[in-house]
Amino acid sequence: MNKILIGAVAGVVLGVLDGATAWFTPEVRAVIGGVLIGSAFKGLLVGLAAGVYARRVHSLGKGIAFGAVVGLVLAFAVAAMPQPNGDHYYLQIMLPGFLAGGMIGFFTQRYGTA
Amino acid sequence: MPLSDRVLARLREAVDQPDLTDTRYAMRRLLGRGGMGTVFAVFDAVLEREVALKVLTAGDAAGRLLSEARVVAQLEHPGIVPVYDSGVLADGRAFYTMKLVEGVHLDAFIHDTPSLSDRLRVFQTLCDAVAFAHSRGVVHRDLKPGNVMVGPFGEVLVMDWGVGVAGTPVYRAPEQSEPGGDVGPAADVHALGVILRALLPSPSRPLQALIDHATAADPAARYADARELHREVARYLDTGSVEAYRESAFERVARFYRANQPLLVLFLVYIVVRFALFLWSRP
Repeated sequence: MNKILIGAVAGVVLGVLDGATAWFTPEVRAVIGGVLIGSAFKGLLVGLAAGVYARRVHSLGKGIAFGAVVGLVLAFAVAAMPQPNGDHYYLQIMLPGFLAGGMIGFFTQRYGTA
Repeated sequence: MPLSDRVLARLREAVDQPDLTDTRYAMRRLLGRGGMGTVFAVFDAVLEREVALKVLTAGDAAGRLLSEARVVAQLEHPGIVPVYDSGVLADGRAFYTMKLVEGVHLDAFIHDTPSLSDRLRVFQTLCDAVAFAHSRGVVHRDLKPGNVMVGPFGEVLVMDWGVGVAGTPVYRAPEQSEPGGDVGPAADVHALGVILRALLPSPSRPLQALIDHATAADPAARYADARELHREVARYLDTGSVEAYRESAFERVARFYRANQPLLVLFLVYIVVRFALFLWSRP
């Protein structure tokens, strides 16, 4: 399996798991389906980007940092969209997105063929 | 009047000097002296390059030298020093020429290189060269750090193929000491195991098990050939484990932790952050 595919798979899985934790925020439970799909798609984008990066740069530290930054940026884009109640959840979305992005970066550096 | 050591050394040098008349080679300098022969750097006037020329000191090994040169000439591998030419000099001594290798012997490399992964990668490259020879039915029989050169770019070159039948005591497999002993690739595996022991002053348990397996007294109990040994080293570099060593559950967990420490830390922080956000968002 190549690094881009590893990134895509890891991104979708971690994205779904990350999105599922939104269940603990009662205000967004009603739209959890959309959150899951959006989070999976966000994870997929992070994974693809991290996978492409991992093919060119072989460094665990840089790969984790790259994934974390891309995760943070995409999480910001999602957090900037107002939720049904009009609120923004910057911290709740960006911080976990940053950490999940770092984990995706790890997987693309450690596994898969360039 | 007894001769001084310096004069004796000069005389020895003069006697050792090969007679290169009627050859295409011109003497440059002495490179080294071993049990079986002396190696000189000479200039090849036809191809206009320096090469190494080995001249046997033991006359009765001439036939063996030339037949081995023929065998090694068939082994084209980046890790095997190529033989260019062979023949008999005007003084009756057999010789062969080979690539002049720039670099250090493996024992000097060991002294200068502290990194475990660098040492293992050099060893892996050595195994690859020996494995290639084994695949062509050629056994070295005298592997030791003195017959392995490490170049300036990390390239590894193995020399003196098949010249030593009995091997060198420390590296010699038990069957090489037995009269009529069956000396096959397992003898080279034994020597490689001893070399690995020299490369690793404090081996981990898996590497110690690998060394023990390679240097087993019974050839049938060792790795069958250098290819298997190469595979084990590659597995260790990749995963930290080898087939020769059965890890306990604790060791397996510890190895997983070491290999995935950044991931586990990130995951732990993620759980803590999620929990903290949950508590913070509660009314």
